[in-house]
Amino acid sequence: MKSSIKWAAAALAATSVLAFTAGCTNNTSTTPGATTNGSGTITLLLSTLDNPFFVSIQQGAQAEARAEGLTLTVQNANNDATTQANQIQTAVASKTKAIIINPVDSDAAQAAIQPALAAKIPVVAVDRNITGVTVNSFIASDNVTGGKQAADALARAINSTGNILVLEGTPGASSTRDRGQGFTDEIAKYPGIKIVASQTANFDETDGLNVTTNLMQAHPDVVAIYAQNDEMALGAVAALGSKAGTSVKVIGFDGSDQGLADVKAGTIAADVAQQPVLLGKQAVVTVGQILKGQTVQETQSMPVQTITKDNVDAFIASNSSAANPSAAASS
Amino acid sequence: MSTPSASLSPTSLPAPRSVGSALGRFASSNGPLMGLIVLCIILEFASGRIFLTSDNLSNVLVQASTIAVLAFGQTFVIVAAGIDLSVGSAAGITGMVAAWMFTSAGLPGGVALLGGLACGLVVGMVNGIAVAYGKLPSFIATLAMLSVARGLTYVISQGQPIATPSAVSFFGKSLGPIPVPIIVLVVMGLICAFVLNYTVIGRSMYAVGGNMEAARLAGLPVKRILVTVFALSGLFAAVAGMIVAGRLDSAQPSGAYGYELNSIAAVVIGGASLAGGVGRASGTLVGALILTVINNGLNLLNVNSFWQQVVMGLVIAIAVLIDVIRHKGLSH
Repeated sequence: MKSSIKWAAAALAATSVLAFTAGCTNNTSTTPGATTNGSGTITLLLSTLDNPFFVSIQQGAQAEARAEGLTLTVQNANNDATTQANQIQTAVASKTKAIIINPVDSDAAQAAIQPALAAKIPVVAVDRNITGVTVNSFIASDNVTGGKQAADALARAINSTGNILVLEGTPGASSTRDRGQGFTDEIAKYPGIKIVASQTANFDETDGLNVTTNLMQAHPDVVAIYAQNDEMALGAVAALGSKAGTSVKVIGFDGSDQGLADVKAGTIAADVAQQPVLLGKQAVVTVGQILKGQTVQETQSMPVQTITKDNVDAFIASNSSAANPSAAASS
Repeated sequence: MSTPSASLSPTSLPAPRSVGSALGRFASSNGPLMGLIVLCIILEFASGRIFLTSDNLSNVLVQASTIAVLAFGQTFVIVAAGIDLSVGSAAGITGMVAAWMFTSAGLPGGVALLGGLACGLVVGMVNGIAVAYGKLPSFIATLAMLSVARGLTYVISQGQPIATPSAVSFFGKSLGPIPVPIIVLVVMGLICAFVLNYTVIGRSMYAVGGNMEAARLAGLPVKRILVTVFALSGLFAAVAGMIVAGRLDSAQPSGAYGYELNSIAAVVIGGASLAGGVGRASGTLVGALILTVINNGLNLLNVNSFWQQVVMGLVIAIAVLIDVIRHKGLSH
């Protein structure tokens, strides 16, 4: 008798937790739009929200969905490919009108996206593509060109001579490959510059700090560091201390708020800025076109921009006006 | 082993023969430490004499501090035959709570720091209560907490990093020439060793971990001991969280992500048994240092990223394997 009461209590507790969470989800993740002309719900599946870059994609998408009167449901896979596969199934089962996906893993998404393709639901990939599948459209920053721009900016900062370090992203990720490839190809054009060490810091700030500290021990003479994202660049700046921006130039990649703040302060010499708000916006624009029966480009490369102290203010100003104005109010 | 080592002065010890056997005893009872020393010597030569510089050793200690402090807390839990998978998330949420209290709620930095530490204590006590009174296996209770605490960190931060008050940033700075993380490492290590060796509650942890039923029959308050064990782990995780946030002057939503496995590895490499009842603070420190030295060495030697994880896994496996073989040898 006593144990059945316990079970009932446990079941009640579990149900109320679920109900509470469901309430949270509705409040935070769905943009209620006027669902006129039967446009229905579209689903945005993000790999993670623990990185400001993806939060900006979400904000750009939500702003555009609101403007177009579309209802956007956002799911976060917490960087777990299996979770994302489940979220795809759920979206298909709930008869979503279109899926915008930022795959956790390009290869794993190949099998996971099949239910959506079978149900003939339009799929738009953002930032990372799905291997072996032709999606309706793939929208990403041009990472290879970005890598080249980073190499040129670095060469300018150090007058094309000296030893440099490279902080690589997560091993195997397409952004690590592309940003590395573009950079290595372009830096080869500067015979005076030598990459003395290239090590992964997993796109992580603490790792960037530790790896830079270690590498500066082995190579105290380096004059510049290319970090394949801003988090690692900020870690490198923390490791360099007063050397950052003076005897060692740091080049970042992403154009995150903190990265741009460091460009302004002079501790990051140049930042190759992606425009995540624009990525999210363009994804929703593309879905809108598909739903209206218009043809869309299979691959869309969003421009990246080299940001230095000279143009950082202009860049911040132009991006905050393009961004979702209500985004700041959400916290 | 019968010849005395040249480095030991014969006058300080009674007879050459016992010097040899003392050295042998030292080596066999300090397997992990011998491993660490060998590793350091290899790295010194492989790196072209830059490993054993004072700068680099200071870096290694600073980098080891987070894992070591987490692992000291984990030592209590493992000694008591439990496991705490939530320490990485606990470190993440405590740093975030402190940063949030300061930046968003506008509280003074000192209060925010105490709030963060209290948050760690609460996280640990919830774990302990779930294990001791809810009868959940510690693996499950703390796995749930791993997820809940990380999720709440994202909720509080909205996925964005938050700036920390100077009271927290202090944990990442230097006090004169000595980096604060190293001081924290030493202090928390001494607290861990003191609790385990010289307090009733510490000795009780060994009893509970060795045989929980016997401990209960002997009249030990097993439930209260378990809650204390997890509360201590949570508090140590909070201190580690302050180091992580302090070194970056900001609490990151993904701060200390995945550190729980390294903390467990450090404790086990240090000679503790996952079956409970065995484990020492000094061993845990050596375990944390081995993990950090490998990371440092792989960077210094510019080892390819793809191979780094392979090397790391192999070293963990070999370190524990050697220890297991050594114990078998002794018991025969």
